[in-house]
Amino acid sequence: MKAKDIIKNGLIKENPIWVLVLGMCPTLATTTSAINGLCMGLATTFVLMCSNIVISLLKSVVPDKVRIPCFIVVIATFVTIVQMVMQGFIPDLYASLGLFIPLIVVNCIVLGRAEAFASKNNVWHSFLDGLFIGLGFTWALTLLGIVREALGAGSFFGVNFIGGADGMLLFILAPGGFICLGLLMALINHIRRKSNS
Amino acid sequence: MKLLNVSGSPHVHSDESTKKIMWRVNLALVPSLIVAIAFFGLNALLISIVSVGSCILFQWLIEKFLLKTESTISDGSAVVTGLLLAFNVPATREMILLVIIAALVAIGIGKMSFGGLGKNPFNPALVGRVFMLISFPVQMTTWPKPGQNLFSMVSQPTTDLTTGPTPLGMFKENGVQAVGDIWGYFVGHIGGSLGEVSALAILIGAIYLLCRRVISWHIPVSFIGTAFIFSGILWLCDKTAFMDPLTTILTGGIMLGACFMATDMVTSPMTKSGQLIFGFGCGLLTIIIRNWGNYPEGVSFAILLMNAVTPLINRWCKPKRFAN
Amino acid sequence: MAKKAESTLKNMLLSLTLIAFVASLALALVNNVTKGPIEKVNQEKVANAIKKVLPEGVEYTINADTVSVTTDKGPANVMRYTAVDAEGNTVGKAIESFDNNGFGGKLTAMVGFDAEGNISGYEILGSSETPGLGAKADKWFQKEGKGNVIGKNPANDNLTVSKDGGDVDAITGSTITSRAFCRLVATAYDAFKQEKGEQQ
Repeated sequence: MKAKDIIKNGLIKENPIWVLVLGMCPTLATTTSAINGLCMGLATTFVLMCSNIVISLLKSVVPDKVRIPCFIVVIATFVTIVQMVMQGFIPDLYASLGLFIPLIVVNCIVLGRAEAFASKNNVWHSFLDGLFIGLGFTWALTLLGIVREALGAGSFFGVNFIGGADGMLLFILAPGGFICLGLLMALINHIRRKSNS
Repeated sequence: MKLLNVSGSPHVHSDESTKKIMWRVNLALVPSLIVAIAFFGLNALLISIVSVGSCILFQWLIEKFLLKTESTISDGSAVVTGLLLAFNVPATREMILLVIIAALVAIGIGKMSFGGLGKNPFNPALVGRVFMLISFPVQMTTWPKPGQNLFSMVSQPTTDLTTGPTPLGMFKENGVQAVGDIWGYFVGHIGGSLGEVSALAILIGAIYLLCRRVISWHIPVSFIGTAFIFSGILWLCDKTAFMDPLTTILTGGIMLGACFMATDMVTSPMTKSGQLIFGFGCGLLTIIIRNWGNYPEGVSFAILLMNAVTPLINRWCKPKRFAN
Repeated sequence: MAKKAESTLKNMLLSLTLIAFVASLALALVNNVTKGPIEKVNQEKVANAIKKVLPEGVEYTINADTVSVTTDKGPANVMRYTAVDAEGNTVGKAIESFDNNGFGGKLTAMVGFDAEGNISGYEILGSSETPGLGAKADKWFQKEGKGNVIGKNPANDNLTVSKDGGDVDAITGSTITSRAFCRLVATAYDAFKQEKGEQQ
């Protein structure tokens, strides 16, 4: 497998949101603004990258029957590290994302990549896979966040562009998350199909 | 060329057509429209025109450019959606423009994203209304006082309407003593959305539809009946905390919802027993939401929730096969 | 590539124990680094809220105590932070007050008073009010807001919403939240007036 394939895979071909539709809980819950989506994506990318490296290193010493508990321990460790660092050094971000950081542990993408990729491939490839699946997740979350923030609050990364008017609140609330996700998914898959044929 | 048309069940042969039914529904909505214009003036008329117009436009655009199918706007369903949508918003000036967004949501998300008329699981007009209610809570709960009639609106069109609360809003905030006189509620001299104020006008339209057999009595009667009985039981338990049943069914959107929106053929159950269950659920949920929910009015949420379980009701109430 | 470890009891125990051990070691190390900053951040949060709501331009130290107040749901304790200047005079008090009957449930806010009982500021600490309606309470009652309560004194002004005959303009479409806020301020004022509470 070539590094180029892994990169393309993570960003587009097997994009965790638009194609695999994994990790919907943080996707819907944290994309109320572009910056929240971006930060959640980056936090997940960090965890994914680290856990992929460690799991790839451990793959030959971990017996098959206990591999899932081992993976979870590794993932949970990195998530807790992210949480503590964020709480101590970026408290504002922690205030808005705090609830969802621990949930990265059970994000299907992280465990899914550990099981499907890192436990079968070498360290370099696992690192690349973690990084680019993570970045694929990040751009999807950021795009969703941008759209929802623009429609719901009338701002772009916190910069208001509609003056005193109200945004369409529904889009920052949960139902708007579902609607936006569905519409964007349709649009992106439409573009993908067009460029393929 | 398309030789055979595949359509969904039930395959009943009659001279009824979608087109005919939809235009009859439109005709039945006219009395309420007239009352709305009489009570709320020019704004009501403008909102209705803009709403219907944008519903038709969006349906045409989506069919032409996204779905690339033949246009179905002549079947009148977009007009029904547009009118019902207009009936579900307050008659304020800013609604004239906001209703365009509501029309886009109703037609685009509520109807066409499922494939068009007959395939939508939820009533499009209600999808539009709930979207507006959640997105623009302030604008959707600013009610103009009725009684500023057409003439005063024409003579001073630039002054904004004075706002007044709806009976349900007053009840939510102030309790039982806020309830006013029943005759006013029946005729429609109350604050509220365009089409929901006059129970009388709605009943005239509903009776026409019943005579024309466009709707059957099952859903409206079980909807309003359940709401009446359930709120009556609550009222008898505690007369200071709950609204009396007659006021309950005459205020807010129960009449409009029960007669025109819950009876939507696409999104309500097919069998008579299913329709009774559907109406019962709507009535129960409405009263629950009104009394214990965050919003003063629960009709639209109740109908949408029951829309969601309609396939289940249909399954459950399937008529027994012959010789089974 | 090394041969995969067999799933024997010994191997399983060994690998899990080792991984768990290393993980806890790593976490202990990180915790050691972040413990200080996290504590500081949490203290700053309360300190910032107090600073924000108390009168500006004076140096003071904070004495915290709890006082008992009566709310609609019976007696409850609230935190009171009394600001004392160098001479020992009280320059103001900040009270962490709450009301249980907001539109979405409990509403919590830090309310500050100067020595005379004029409201010097407030900050919403926790609310589950509707976005776009009741959630506007964080700005609405501030000096720039339409329902300004800053500078008013609950002893002289009728701090209830105008619908109930008071002087406060309710948030458009959110009378219930506004009422909850007014009750919250009244509770805070009740705590302000009381004598020394239980020392913390």
